[in-house]
Amino acid sequence: MLIPENESLPSIAREIRLNMLEMAYQCDGPAHLGGGLSMVELMTTLYARVLNFDPLNPDLSTRDRFILSKGHGVLGYFPVLAQFGYFDKSLLKSFKVNGSDLVAHPVWKQELGIESSNGSLGHGLSMAAGIALAAKLKSEKYKTFVLLGDGECNEGSIWEAAMFAVQYKLDNLTAIIDWNGFQSDGPSEEVIDNRNLPDRWRGFGWNVIEIDGHDHESIENSLKQTTLPSIPKVILAKTIKGRGISFMENNNAWHHNRLTKESYLRAKLEVEAK
Amino acid sequence: MSALVFSSDKILQWGRLGPRATYGQILLTLASQDSKIVALSADLGNSSGLDRMKSALPSQFINTGIAEQNMIGVAAGLAKEGFTVFASSFAPFISFRAGEQLRMNLGYMCHNIKAVGIGSGLSMGFLGNSHYGTEDLAVIRSIPNITIVSPADTTEVAKAVEAASNSIGPFYIRLTGQPGSQLVNTDDYEFEVGKAIELQDGDDVALIASGSMVAEALNAAKLLEAIGISASVINMHTIKPIDHEVLEKVALRNVPIFTLEEHSIIGGLGSAVAEYFSSKKASRSITLIGIPDAYGETGSYEFLLEKYGLRGELIANQIRLALEKN
Repeated sequence: MLIPENESLPSIAREIRLNMLEMAYQCDGPAHLGGGLSMVELMTTLYARVLNFDPLNPDLSTRDRFILSKGHGVLGYFPVLAQFGYFDKSLLKSFKVNGSDLVAHPVWKQELGIESSNGSLGHGLSMAAGIALAAKLKSEKYKTFVLLGDGECNEGSIWEAAMFAVQYKLDNLTAIIDWNGFQSDGPSEEVIDNRNLPDRWRGFGWNVIEIDGHDHESIENSLKQTTLPSIPKVILAKTIKGRGISFMENNNAWHHNRLTKESYLRAKLEVEAK
Repeated sequence: MSALVFSSDKILQWGRLGPRATYGQILLTLASQDSKIVALSADLGNSSGLDRMKSALPSQFINTGIAEQNMIGVAAGLAKEGFTVFASSFAPFISFRAGEQLRMNLGYMCHNIKAVGIGSGLSMGFLGNSHYGTEDLAVIRSIPNITIVSPADTTEVAKAVEAASNSIGPFYIRLTGQPGSQLVNTDDYEFEVGKAIELQDGDDVALIASGSMVAEALNAAKLLEAIGISASVINMHTIKPIDHEVLEKVALRNVPIFTLEEHSIIGGLGSAVAEYFSSKKASRSITLIGIPDAYGETGSYEFLLEKYGLRGELIANQIRLALEKN
């Protein structure tokens, strides 16, 4: 954790959103803005207040591990890694440049703080469970966190991993679900209704915590809440897709879309005004 | 220096146990010497010969339940944290059901996972086409970065498992045959991943075989010898990367080539050989002997091998007819 307790998380979150907008605009093509914007507070709080890491030693065995399972959320991830010291913010300008390390889905690069290649949904929870199990086998204290999308929970492999984590008592594993209620084709109710997500996770035996995923204090408390022995934790974070930019909020046209100059400037002004 | 003992007693014992039980026994031996070796199974621990490992080294045996996709994902997490992970299931389940997990974790990220396809080929007999491993090579061969080994007999299973555990990087080990299947090796021998073994020389035809078909190639060669056709036999145990040096030597002989495998004629060893020669100037006569591109009837292993012509005498006959035609 690099920032002092009194530094304002909302101001960091604002900065991250400005970085995202710039990346999306500069790349001159469509980018996953909606699901990036919904995860900003979750990521900011996680990196500022919870994760134990040293960006100068990205391989440190004691570091906490973070896997971005909803790989399309890179706009809410790369600026956070830069913000917390893994690389210079100038590298964000290489987003979606030919041959760049920073493309539309994470590509494993330990020195940049990127722990895994993702993009195909439904993979991250299994890997995170393996990492958490490894900590148990090696008697190491690090913790493992994984961010999933609510749409991603359509994938059967998520539930395979959910059963496994309970069976192997992975209380060192925390799944965070960015529950923004939309997926690629529209509102989840119209695709695969997931309004009973908490019951599903509870039914699978997880310790379920429901929070407002844009409230830093709730996020921090839920992440720090002492785990129940032997039970993995899932934080169901209610979020707003496109959060922070009025014309993107709950507007699934911004799931993956291009920012024109006009829409960029409008969005930027809105974020700056907050 | 091998951690295993390749005495003739052991070799015969493994032959009686069959490929799966040998796999389990070898893994137990290796894992008891190295706590970083773990075995994963998707509720087929007993079928993978891992029952002894489960009781002897419980913390190194992880059962993911009937969930092959999660098994490979968990394997990736463990491998990322420094474990050497062996993950096994029946060949179609690990290659197809977990295919994309193989692609992401073994192919794309090169995690140190040894995927083991048990009961591949036709050895599942009466369990039917749902359980046959007839296209696993086609799928996995198309994924970059995965070394593919198809051991010729149980001794080679032991060699391949040990070699995989000593090497960092993704593997697919394909187990064919069954307890009592004919042994190719009755004494210890040199095994190196990527280096084919020339079992015998011959001037008229070249037989390139892998897995259970190596023994049948030797049987066929003997029968051909009796009718005056001299066949060279190559054990191409490593299907990817395929041994170019040996293929070049075969090319120099300028004789018809026959590939033999217990796999679909699409995408396996034969395809790999044909792909190699397709980039060469001189045209070659290559005949792919394997399982046709169809789901056929179900029956005993022996019945199926017979039906698809994958027996020494049937192979010899096919080769003789092909040569007569030319």
